[in-house]
Amino acid sequence: MRAADVPFEKVTAKNFPKGPDSLAPGHRACQGCGEVLALRLLLKSLGTEFIAVSATGCMEVCTGPFPQSAWRMPWIHVAFENAAAVASGVEAATHVLRRKGRGYDQRIPVVAVAGDGGTADIGLQALSGALERYHENFVYVCLDNEAYMNTGIQRSSSTPFGANTTTSPVGSHSKGQYTWKKNMPAIAAAHGVPYVATANPAFHLDLMNKIRRAVAIKGPAYLHVYAPCPTGWRMKPELAIESGKLAVATRIFPLYEVIDGNYVINRKVDNPTPISEYFKIQGRFRHLKEDDISTITNRVNQDYERLVALSERFPV
Amino acid sequence: MGKRIGIEVSLAVSEAVKLANTDVIAAYPITPQTHIVEHLSELVADGSLDAAYIPVESEHSAMSSCIGSSAAGARTFTATSSQGLALMNEMIYIAPILRTPIVLAIANRALSAPINIWNDHSDIMSVRDAGWISLFAENGQEALDLTLLAFRIGEDPAVSLPVNVNLDGFTLSHFIEPIIIPDQQEVDKFLPPYKPSLQLDIKNPISIGLLGGPECYTESRKAADDILEASVPVIKKAFDEFDKVFGRKYQVVETYCIEDAETVIVLMGSIAETAMTTVDELRAEGKKVGLVRIRLWRPFPRTELLAALSKAKNVAVVDRHVVLGSDTSAVGMEIKSLLYGSQLNPKVTNYVLGLGGRDVTREEFRYIFDQAASGEAQVRCEIVGVYE
Ligand SMILES: Cc1ncc(C[n+]2csc(CCOP(=O)(O)OP(=O)(O)O)c2C)c(N)n1
Ligand code: SF4
Ligand SMILES: [Mg+2]
Repeated sequence: MRAADVPFEKVTAKNFPKGPDSLAPGHRACQGCGEVLALRLLLKSLGTEFIAVSATGCMEVCTGPFPQSAWRMPWIHVAFENAAAVASGVEAATHVLRRKGRGYDQRIPVVAVAGDGGTADIGLQALSGALERYHENFVYVCLDNEAYMNTGIQRSSSTPFGANTTTSPVGSHSKGQYTWKKNMPAIAAAHGVPYVATANPAFHLDLMNKIRRAVAIKGPAYLHVYAPCPTGWRMKPELAIESGKLAVATRIFPLYEVIDGNYVINRKVDNPTPISEYFKIQGRFRHLKEDDISTITNRVNQDYERLVALSERFPV
Repeated sequence: MGKRIGIEVSLAVSEAVKLANTDVIAAYPITPQTHIVEHLSELVADGSLDAAYIPVESEHSAMSSCIGSSAAGARTFTATSSQGLALMNEMIYIAPILRTPIVLAIANRALSAPINIWNDHSDIMSVRDAGWISLFAENGQEALDLTLLAFRIGEDPAVSLPVNVNLDGFTLSHFIEPIIIPDQQEVDKFLPPYKPSLQLDIKNPISIGLLGGPECYTESRKAADDILEASVPVIKKAFDEFDKVFGRKYQVVETYCIEDAETVIVLMGSIAETAMTTVDELRAEGKKVGLVRIRLWRPFPRTELLAALSKAKNVAVVDRHVVLGSDTSAVGMEIKSLLYGSQLNPKVTNYVLGLGGRDVTREEFRYIFDQAASGEAQVRCEIVGVYE
């Protein structure tokens, strides 16, 4: 079956998952954290019949200080850079034990969750290996708050151009991050996996359905999730959803899926909102001048046009 | 009864992994471990072993996958050497604390630099303190038997710890030896299917690998140390039962001609065979020499070693690894610290030989026996066989 045709139960406003959250309340994330909101929605969409694997990072630290745990499904954390490899082992074990009649009497999705640092930098090799090996019940979620937040807002390769972080500081010789954000979804898609998607907690039904589709499809899936971080972005805690909406409206973070190598843009943006609107609410971009913003705008539009071209040339 | 055949030792280790009905293997090739994983790939490919073979992209991922698969309740195996073990290091320290009874075969090889593919013990010594049970094989039969034993010991509910089986790279791993391959029924009798007491399970969800702050980290280390200590009787019992099923009796410490020996060498691994030949020669010349071989390196078998060394006047500890910047090498330190404060007070000297594949000869053992028995005091551990 084509991945695009794999059925799954859709989340709608009416058909919203009931019952307690799969991520229990009481965790220690910052007020207004968009990353933990994204995580909570993803887990709520899945229920508890899967195995979760966490990488070290904000989400792992704030959800699991021994002897407490916010995870209501079986969960394992081993280290920072290896969530994909740990999940590979778990996935292989569930297969074999099921085949041998020693447990796991249903198909068990294994969902790895990591930050952008744990994905795009130190964990890229393990992720590439896992995607390439084509584990059937393997889903990898990157929660992208665009820096190493857990260790104090250091830049990652997923930090956008111009952002002020503690290791890409603004100074008389620096405008902040001087590299362009690494295109992780494209890297994941280049592995030829059946499903890659971007998502954003400001579009919660879209996000919840994407993880459901990722889990339903046989073969590895990669979800790249926008994760607004008020603390690290120097943003008011009530603005996480606002920033998520603006990220899409400005084309900074387009919502799209790559299904069996074919592209679909979920939210077309024909008349983008000026990027300055997005930057205005985040202190990390405060220092940027008009010409910086126009350079960034050009690049963002270019990237968006490429995506549009792909979706026209290779439609789902 | 099993069947005695001529087989390369690496392949015999793979046969043990097959006989153990291993569920998951995640491995990355490195000389001299390669033949073990190649043969396992074949066994999986031809259907004689029903397991998942995960061809991971690095040793770091190999051990990470093993931790995941073991936590999911699967009997899990991997193998490596040298740089591979070094790359695994971070995971090596995590596996025991998460109580994942992985079996790891190490075809021991020198650590870079200079890059060198040949045998010594610098790789295993770099993970000495990590909390694994650590066994050293002398010959091919032992390499196979210890692999079976490793599963049995590590998976014992009272232990639930990872176990490494060390076999000297090339000088043991690549030799063809007559080895008894046990019958499947015998192995099944000795090694029941793995039943973890806790695992990742959607019916009984647990969290593994939570954050441990200052209020519990100390306790986690103490628990790990206590469990390692408590594994000693389990290990001995497993050795006894192995004997009952297979008729081969192993001890945590093996001795040779120590009854009346004045000078005793202590060492680990396959060079014991050369050392025994030297003991025979010296005995024929009327010299009172003997040999003690440590099979169980971690947890360190204090009682057995004290008993084995109780009559010696001179103890010469032979290491295959230099602890740079110290007066004493790894096994040497252990023996000195064991003897200090005991009732025994032999003269202890420490030697290092056979680094990076340098041949270990009877002449060297003769030299060591002589040196150890001489009146000369030793200030620092001596590296033997250095070219001028
Ligand atoms: C091998 C290793 N290097 C560095 C660290 C320190 N460290 C822990 S979390 C982290 C950053 C996490 O960043 P990210 O993956 O983006 O997740 P976030 O906290 O931003 O959600 C770092 C650098 C570590 N734990 N392990
Ligand atoms: S630092 Fe950012 S990502 Fe981390 S918990 Fe706080 S708001 Fe969330
Ligand atoms: Mg981050």
